[in-house]
Amino acid sequence: MEYNATIAPRETRPDLSWPTFIMGLASRAPSATGNEAAMSSDDRKAHPTPHLDQLESGPWPSFVTGLKRLRDAKDKPYAAMMNDLLGQLEQSYSERMGYWKGGTVSVFGYGGGIIPRFSEVADKFPASKEFHTLRVQPPAGFHYTTDILRKLCDVWEQYGSGLIALHGQSGDIMFQGCTTENTQKAFDALNKIGFDLGGAGPALRTSMSCVGHARCEMSCYDEIKAHRSIINKHLDEMHRPALPYKFKFKFSGCPNDCVNAIQRADFAVIGTWRDDIKVDQDEVRAYVAKVGRKYMIDSVIAMCPTRALSLNDDDTLEVDNKSCVRCMHCLNVMTKALKPGDDRGVTILIGGKRALKIGDLMGTVVIPFMKLETEEDYQKLVEFAGKVIEFFAENALEHERIGETMDRIGLPAFLEAIDVDPDPNMVRHPRTSCYVRTDDFTEEAEKYFARKARAAATAPPERAPSEAAE
Amino acid sequence: MKEATAAPRRPVETGVPDPFPFMHPKLKKNYGQWAWHDRPRPGVLHHVAKGGDEVWTVRAGTQRQLDVHTIRKLCDIADQYAEGFVRFTTRSNIEFMVSRFEKVPALIQKLQAEGFPVGGTGNSVSMISHTQGWLHCDIPGTDASGVVKSLMDFLHEEFIKEEMPNRVRITTSCCQVNCGGQGDIAINVQYTKPPRINHDLVANVCERPAVVARCPVAAIRPAMVNGKPSLEVDEKKCVCCGACYPPCPPMQINGPDSTKIAIWVGGKHSNARSRPTFHKLAVANLPNNPPRWPEVAEVVRNILYAYKNNAKDWERLGEWIERIGWPRFFDLAGLAFTKHHLDTWVGARHTMNMSAHIRF
Repeated sequence: MEYNATIAPRETRPDLSWPTFIMGLASRAPSATGNEAAMSSDDRKAHPTPHLDQLESGPWPSFVTGLKRLRDAKDKPYAAMMNDLLGQLEQSYSERMGYWKGGTVSVFGYGGGIIPRFSEVADKFPASKEFHTLRVQPPAGFHYTTDILRKLCDVWEQYGSGLIALHGQSGDIMFQGCTTENTQKAFDALNKIGFDLGGAGPALRTSMSCVGHARCEMSCYDEIKAHRSIINKHLDEMHRPALPYKFKFKFSGCPNDCVNAIQRADFAVIGTWRDDIKVDQDEVRAYVAKVGRKYMIDSVIAMCPTRALSLNDDDTLEVDNKSCVRCMHCLNVMTKALKPGDDRGVTILIGGKRALKIGDLMGTVVIPFMKLETEEDYQKLVEFAGKVIEFFAENALEHERIGETMDRIGLPAFLEAIDVDPDPNMVRHPRTSCYVRTDDFTEEAEKYFARKARAAATAPPERAPSEAAE
Repeated sequence: MKEATAAPRRPVETGVPDPFPFMHPKLKKNYGQWAWHDRPRPGVLHHVAKGGDEVWTVRAGTQRQLDVHTIRKLCDIADQYAEGFVRFTTRSNIEFMVSRFEKVPALIQKLQAEGFPVGGTGNSVSMISHTQGWLHCDIPGTDASGVVKSLMDFLHEEFIKEEMPNRVRITTSCCQVNCGGQGDIAINVQYTKPPRINHDLVANVCERPAVVARCPVAAIRPAMVNGKPSLEVDEKKCVCCGACYPPCPPMQINGPDSTKIAIWVGGKHSNARSRPTFHKLAVANLPNNPPRWPEVAEVVRNILYAYKNNAKDWERLGEWIERIGWPRFFDLAGLAFTKHHLDTWVGARHTMNMSAHIRF
């Protein structure tokens, strides 16, 4: 078998011709299930769905075809509900308006995890009058056996609509379409097979972790362990919402950040390493031989953001590890030749969120490096997470995300509150504004040098360059 | 609420389920022990463990909003052509793991025959991350599943191939809350009119101080309207973000003439090469035109192929623009640069060109 994996050669192709189904010219597609005739014999006729029908053509799997199959499952309790759901959705498509409103629905013992939906057009579509969602936490890393997926389907056929999203933006399995009456029953059935509700409202939210250790050589820590340890310790904050606003954790095994933690999580845990990149020079030579020296220079060496790479005359690679920022580019391109180092841990960034209310914020570095290897290390991570949640609970204003709290009080005050020392890795550059009072600068500088001395005393000995290059 | 007759069942607060019972045995055995990977063809990943174990993963696109029949069909495929273990990516692609390469061709063939496109790996356009929309959200300006279905129909070719300069991550969001997140190309509702207020309902439905506090530009104030306590909006200040609508539904932000679609470019969550970036406005005021949103698809296509035809290998869309400059981007994409592209929010000055670096 010929592998040509790390570079996908690209040829310039003419633009694709414009498929007619995009332009809405396609004639109305027949229902893929083809049993509209069967529907008409029933006393409840299928609502016409001329707009939605147009979403059944084309090569991508169609959610409309799936919804119709649920509607047409005449022996199932949800068939009528899904017929009215389709009717309401069709009305949204023709009127360009949504017709759901929220409310209060919960299960015994919990204050969150259900997204209530009541229809505003229930007079026309009574069977989907109540169409609540159960947010359910998936196994960390989204692993499933077919057996457990079938069990989840069975529960949702019995108590819900048969419609499941895998997965929502929060990372939940979303069991969509449940009556108020069935909500408790559906939850009990899911809970009995080992599943628990996720977060909603001002609470700790369901978390996500990348595939990581399970199938990725870039992974720098045990994402599943970190994810489950932190979330499962704070379930009270998830199930009984009492925080000022939402709080999200996300876990990525390396700086590729496949679960988008820096932009979307209040608390982003990103795997990294602090020793040298591991270089297999034979594989480097093999790569250069395969792609050519020009490609190697243009696409690997020159794309290093800190100019930390150099190609030697014998086609081996020189890495300036002190300048490397662990961006992952060269590792991503040369998956056989380069690997993360062995001294692994995480960088923690806090305060990511989208626009509401003060504007978009990315998480900013609060812990440049935390070693994550031993049980004790993981315990420290869990404790630190707890400290940050506690700070948030006590100090954020109502409806304020922690990133906004940090902006409001300033990073120095935030760091002091969570007992973290300032570090130059926290900034892109030091302050440019002179509006600051610095009369204790000397004491602060002394503390900095004292910290540096302590860190040097406990740090692992630096490896000689020849050793680092293997 | 009605009390249940029997004693209520107390929940077992198990939290995040342990994934190991559901994990493919090869993945479990080599947990944290993977050495390297490559991609034999688009849609297929091949991972090799330090001890020599190998696993092949076949990735396929789904509609995310899955009916139980489709899930069971995927399970049947996993049982018959794979080894009974699957996982999902954060972009709702399904992955089938197999321990022998010989199983891969038949698995691919079966998936394709059942209408599940195989791809989404490497430098492809992967599945669009999407939100709930008219199907289930209480504040949506548009649908999500329909927009995604329409776009993925024409992006299908780029999903099943790996011919992009780098990976392309597209997102959609049905209101300005932007649950879909940042993307190389982000397709988001952008409202163009202040909320229309039903003053008869405000006092009963809305916690007025909370609504006043929610406004990012302090444009909402309490007022008596027709003798009833209500709220009023200073329409000169209002930025039409819709933030008041979720806590106060009588302040309707959605409307057939005011719910428009904007396209943003250059968002990137990875740290590879450049730091993560937010997406930037490319064009606004596109019509919200179900069921196929052809005007949106047209702009996405123009941006995507300008990128594909002009970017260097490994440049993400935002990095490509960074190199060629915004004037050339607007030319290549056939889009207008307007006063609305000039940021006016906090920190706007940092987005301006404070140099004599000019492109001609």
